Amino acid sequence: MDRAYEIAASVRSGERSAREVIDGYLDNVAARNDELNALLLVGADAARASADAIDAVVAQGKDPGPLAGVPVVLKDNLCQRGVPTTCGSRILEGWKPPYTATVVEAVIAAGGIALGKANLDEFAMGSSTENSAFGPTRNPHDPSRVPGGSSGGSAAAVAAEFAPLALGSDTGGSIRQPAALCGVVGVKPTYGRVSRYGLVAFASSLDQIGPFATSVSDAALLLDAISGHDRRDSTSIADQLIPVAPSLNEGVAGLRVGVIEELTNGEGVAPEVSAAVSAAAAALEAAGAIIEMVSLPSTQFGLSAYYMIAPAEASSNLARYDGVRYGLRVDGDDLSTMNERTRDAGFGAEVKRRIMLGTYALSAGYYDAYYGRAQRVRTLITRDFDRVYENCDVLLSPTSPTTAFKLGDRTADPMAMYQSDVCTIPTNLAGHPAMSLPWGKGADGMPVGVQVLAPALGEPTMFRAARVIEDAAP
Amino acid sequence: MTPDPVAITRAEVAHVAKLARLGLTADEIDRLTGELAGILIHARDMGELDFTGVEPTTHPLPLVNVVRPDEVEPTLDRDEVLTAAPEVEDNRFRVPRILEAP
Amino acid sequence: MNTETKWVPVIGLEVHCELSTATKLFCACPNTFGSEPNTNVCPVCLGLPGSLPVLNARAVEFALRLAEALNFDVPARSVFARKNYFYPDMPKDYQITQFELPILQDGTIDVDGVSIEIERAHLEEDTGKSTHIGGAGRIHDAEYSLIDYNRAGVPLLEIVSRPDIRSAEQARGYASELRAVLLAIGISDVKMEEGSMRVDANISLRASESDEFGVKVEIKNMNSLRSLGRAITHEIERQAAALDAGETIVQETRHWDESENRTSGMRSKEGSSDYRYFPEPDLVPVAPTAEQRNAVRNSLPELPAHRRDRLVEEWGVSLSDARILVDAPGLADYAEAAVAALNQGSARDVVNMCTGDLLAYTNETGRIPDEVPLTPTGLAELADLVGDGTLSRSLAQEVFADCVESRKNPRAVVEERGLAQVSDTGELATIIDAVLAAHSDAIAQYHAGDDKERKKKRGFLMGEAMKASKGKGNPQLLNQLLDERLT
Ligand SMILES: [Mg+2]
Ligand SMILES: [Zn+2]
Repeated sequence: MDRAYEIAASVRSGERSAREVIDGYLDNVAARNDELNALLLVGADAARASADAIDAVVAQGKDPGPLAGVPVVLKDNLCQRGVPTTCGSRILEGWKPPYTATVVEAVIAAGGIALGKANLDEFAMGSSTENSAFGPTRNPHDPSRVPGGSSGGSAAAVAAEFAPLALGSDTGGSIRQPAALCGVVGVKPTYGRVSRYGLVAFASSLDQIGPFATSVSDAALLLDAISGHDRRDSTSIADQLIPVAPSLNEGVAGLRVGVIEELTNGEGVAPEVSAAVSAAAAALEAAGAIIEMVSLPSTQFGLSAYYMIAPAEASSNLARYDGVRYGLRVDGDDLSTMNERTRDAGFGAEVKRRIMLGTYALSAGYYDAYYGRAQRVRTLITRDFDRVYENCDVLLSPTSPTTAFKLGDRTADPMAMYQSDVCTIPTNLAGHPAMSLPWGKGADGMPVGVQVLAPALGEPTMFRAARVIEDAAP
Repeated sequence: MTPDPVAITRAEVAHVAKLARLGLTADEIDRLTGELAGILIHARDMGELDFTGVEPTTHPLPLVNVVRPDEVEPTLDRDEVLTAAPEVEDNRFRVPRILEAP
Repeated sequence: MNTETKWVPVIGLEVHCELSTATKLFCACPNTFGSEPNTNVCPVCLGLPGSLPVLNARAVEFALRLAEALNFDVPARSVFARKNYFYPDMPKDYQITQFELPILQDGTIDVDGVSIEIERAHLEEDTGKSTHIGGAGRIHDAEYSLIDYNRAGVPLLEIVSRPDIRSAEQARGYASELRAVLLAIGISDVKMEEGSMRVDANISLRASESDEFGVKVEIKNMNSLRSLGRAITHEIERQAAALDAGETIVQETRHWDESENRTSGMRSKEGSSDYRYFPEPDLVPVAPTAEQRNAVRNSLPELPAHRRDRLVEEWGVSLSDARILVDAPGLADYAEAAVAALNQGSARDVVNMCTGDLLAYTNETGRIPDEVPLTPTGLAELADLVGDGTLSRSLAQEVFADCVESRKNPRAVVEERGLAQVSDTGELATIIDAVLAAHSDAIAQYHAGDDKERKKKRGFLMGEAMKASKGKGNPQLLNQLLDERLT
C-alpha cells in the first residue's frame, strides 16, 4: 500500500499527479464505503478540485508542501467552513460551520487534500462507533466486528485504504483503541501540542487531535504538519516543539523502557494481547533498549476518575445544543419545552447518559464526592507517571485489553463498554502522549495493538521506539 | 474526606434531567436510575484513596496568563450566521416565550 | 417604638459595570454599543461548536487599576469558572465568570467619611440582549422573544459590597462614588441608562435590638441613581410594613418598576440555585505579575475624592460644586484647563460658568465638554472679560450663548455686539444728568418722601439710567454718580 510520504514525494517531483492519486482513493471509497459506513461525507468534487490546484502549483515549479496531494480523512467533529459537520448527531445534522479548524487549515496549507468526513460515536462518546446517529461503522478486517471508537470511521478509512492518512480525536483512547482494533497506527499527542480550535468539544481538559496512518513514518509526517502553537487556543503550548520525523530512525540503543504491570497483566487483558506487549518489549531489548517492569498503582482508579471528569465537562460543553442558534429545533410553546424536546430528539442514549452522569457529578452536594475526588485521582496518576519516568524514557502497555468485538456485544452494558478504555485513559488524565501500533493478529484473526507511552512532549523518543517495534512486528 | 453519598434516587435523576433540559420519559428515567447507580457505585472505589496533601488537577498543563491584545478582528458575515438558525426575525434569533427568569 | 427605629436596614450592592475595552472579553469582536443586531459576533461569542475563548489582556489591566484605586488584594491566582444554566441570551448556556478565586478581594471605598467594605470584584462575560414581543414587552407576558448577541461576551466587572450599607442615601452615595472612581480610572463609561453600569441591591431588615439578619430580598432594574434610592426606600418600607403586620419576608428577586414606583416579584427559575460551577478548562489561571501591578500603579490618574478636595483647596469652591465638576465626564478637566488659561478672571467665575451654562449645554446637547464649541481657553477669555470689568456677569451669559452658537470667541462677540461695559465717568455723568432732567418730579418726591419712598425713587432713577446706557453702564459708577447728585 502507498505511503503518504511516497505520495507527497512523487507529487512534488511531478512524477505523479495529485489528481490520479485522489481518483485512485475515491475508487476505493466507492467500492467499500456503503459496506463499512466509514465516511459520512465524501467531498469528491472538492477533493478533485484541490488536487488539480496542487498539480497547478507543481506545474508552476512551486512546492505545495510536505503533504502535497495526500488525501486526508477528517473525523466529523472537525470544522471546515461550509462543509457539514455532524459529530455523528442528529442535533447537528445539516450544520455548516462558518469557520475552519486550525488543524484542517494546517493540513491544507501543507498541500493535503480533505477527502471527506469520518463517522464517529456521537460527540466522540463511545468505544465502538455504534453510537453514531448515522449507523455504525464496520471493521474492514471483519465487517461483523466493530472498528473501535470513537474515531472508528477514521481508523476504518485508513485500514480500508480510503486515504493514507486521517485525523481523529482522543479523549480517553478514541484514536489509539480504534487504531489497535483496525490494525493501523494511531497517535494521541501531548495535550496542547495540537490546537483544539475547531474540534467540537467533548471533554476540554482531555481532548486532543491526532493522526492515523498505515506506518509510523506517515504518522510522523502528519503529526509534524499539525503540531504547533495556536493563539486561538489558550491551552496550546507556546514553546518551540521538536519535530518527530528527523529523529525517527535513530534507534533505541540504551533507551529505558518500562512495561506497565497493571495494564499488561491486569484482569480482562486477553493473553494474546499481553503476549504481544512482551514480544514488542523483547524486540526493543534486542535493539539495545533496557527493559523493566514498572507499577502505576493509581491507574486502576483511572476509569472511575475519567467517567466523572469527562461527562462533567461534556454536560457543560453540550448545553449549547438548545435549538436556538443552529442545528435541530423541535418546537414547543415555551422556551424550556422547546429546549427539552430538541435535546430529547437530537441526542442518542449514550450522550444522554453521560450528560446525566456529568450533571449529577457537578451538582450541589455531590461535587466533592465525585468530581472533586476525580480531579485528585488525576493528580495521583500524574505523580505515578512522574515517578516511573524518572527511570524510564518510554512505557509499554496494551492499547485495548481485547481485539475487536462483534457489533452489539457490549451495547447492553455501559460498564463493559467503558472497560475498553482502561489502558488508554491514564495518559489522557496526565496529558501525556501515547500511540498504538499493530503487532500481529489474535486467534480470531483480528489485529492486536501495543501502546507506547511517553512523558509530556516526549513524542520524538516515543516515535523512535515505535519505529523499532514496527520493523520487528509480525 | 467527604462521606459517600447514598445511591442515586429516581427523584434525583428526574431533577438532574430537568437541570440538563433532556425531557426524559418516565421509562428513560427508570432505566437511567439503574445505569447511573451502577457507574456511581464503581466510582466509589476512589473513596479508598488517601487524598491528604493531594491538590486537584483541573488542567494537564501548568500554563498561566495566556492573553490576547485588545485589538479588533473581522466578525462573521451576519447572513452566514443567521442562515444556520432555526428561526429568525428582524436579524435576531427568535425563541418561544420565556417562562423562567434568568 | 416606630418603624424607623425598630428596624435596621442591612443593604449590600452588586454592581455590574461594562469595561470600555476595544474588544470583548474572550474574542476580538468590537465592544461597541448600538450596532446593527448580530453584527459584532464571531464563532467564540456565538458559542459555535469547536470555538475557544482567549482572555483580553486589557480587561485584566482594568481590574488591576480598580485594585489600586480601592485598595483591593490581588490574589496570586484567579481562576475562571463555568456557571451552568440554560438561558437563550447566553450562547453557550453557561457563563464564564470567576467563582472561588476572583481577581480582586477585600477592597474599601470611602462614602462621605464612612468606609464601606467591598467583598470582591470579578471578571465575567455579559449576555446578549433579548427583546420581548407582545405582552407590552414584559418577558413573561410576551408571545416570543428575539435575541441579539452583540453584547454577548462584553467584559463585565462584578463588584460586590459587604452588607455594610444602612440607608437608601448611603446606597446612592456608594454607587455614586464607585461610579466616579470607575470613570476617573477610565475603565468604564458607567452609563446606568444605557446599562453599562447596573446596580442590584440585596436588602433585609434586622430588628434593632437583635443581631440576626432578616430574610434577604434582591431588587433589580434600577436605571438611575435616583431610582436606586427610591427603590431601596420603597423596599425598606414594604418589608417593615410586612414585619410590623407579623408577616414573614420571602427570599426572592423583585423588579423595580420606575413608572409604577413599586417593586414586583419575579417568577423564580427551577433549580436556579444549582449552577454546577467548575473550573473553565478552556482557560488558564490569571497570575498578575509585579511588573503589571507597578505599571498600573504608576499610571493611575488622580482619584475623585482627592481631586474634589484639591479643587476646594485651590479654588475656594464649595464641595458640592467640586462634586458636580468631578462627577460629570470631562468637566473637571475642562475647568482646570480654563483656570490655567486665566489672566484677570477668577476661578470662581470659571467654575460657575462650568457648573451653570456649560453643564446645561452639555446635558441638553448630549455632548461632552471637549465637544463644546467654546474651548477652555475661550471660557477663560470670557471669565477675564468679567474680571477686567468689560462684561457684567449677566452680559457674560449672553456672550456664552452667542459663542457656542456662532463658534466665535468672546472678544469677537463683545466687539460685534458692542457689549463692552461703559466705565467712562464723563459719558455716564451725561446719561445721569439727562435722566434727572427728564424726571424732576421723581426727584421732588425723593426729597419729600420717607426712607421707603426714597429707596423706591432711587431704584427707579437707577433703572432709568441703566436703561439709557443700554445695560452697558458700569453699575458701581452709575450708583456713585447718582448718589452724588441726590445729596
Ligand atoms: Mg455575575
Ligand atoms: Zn466574538
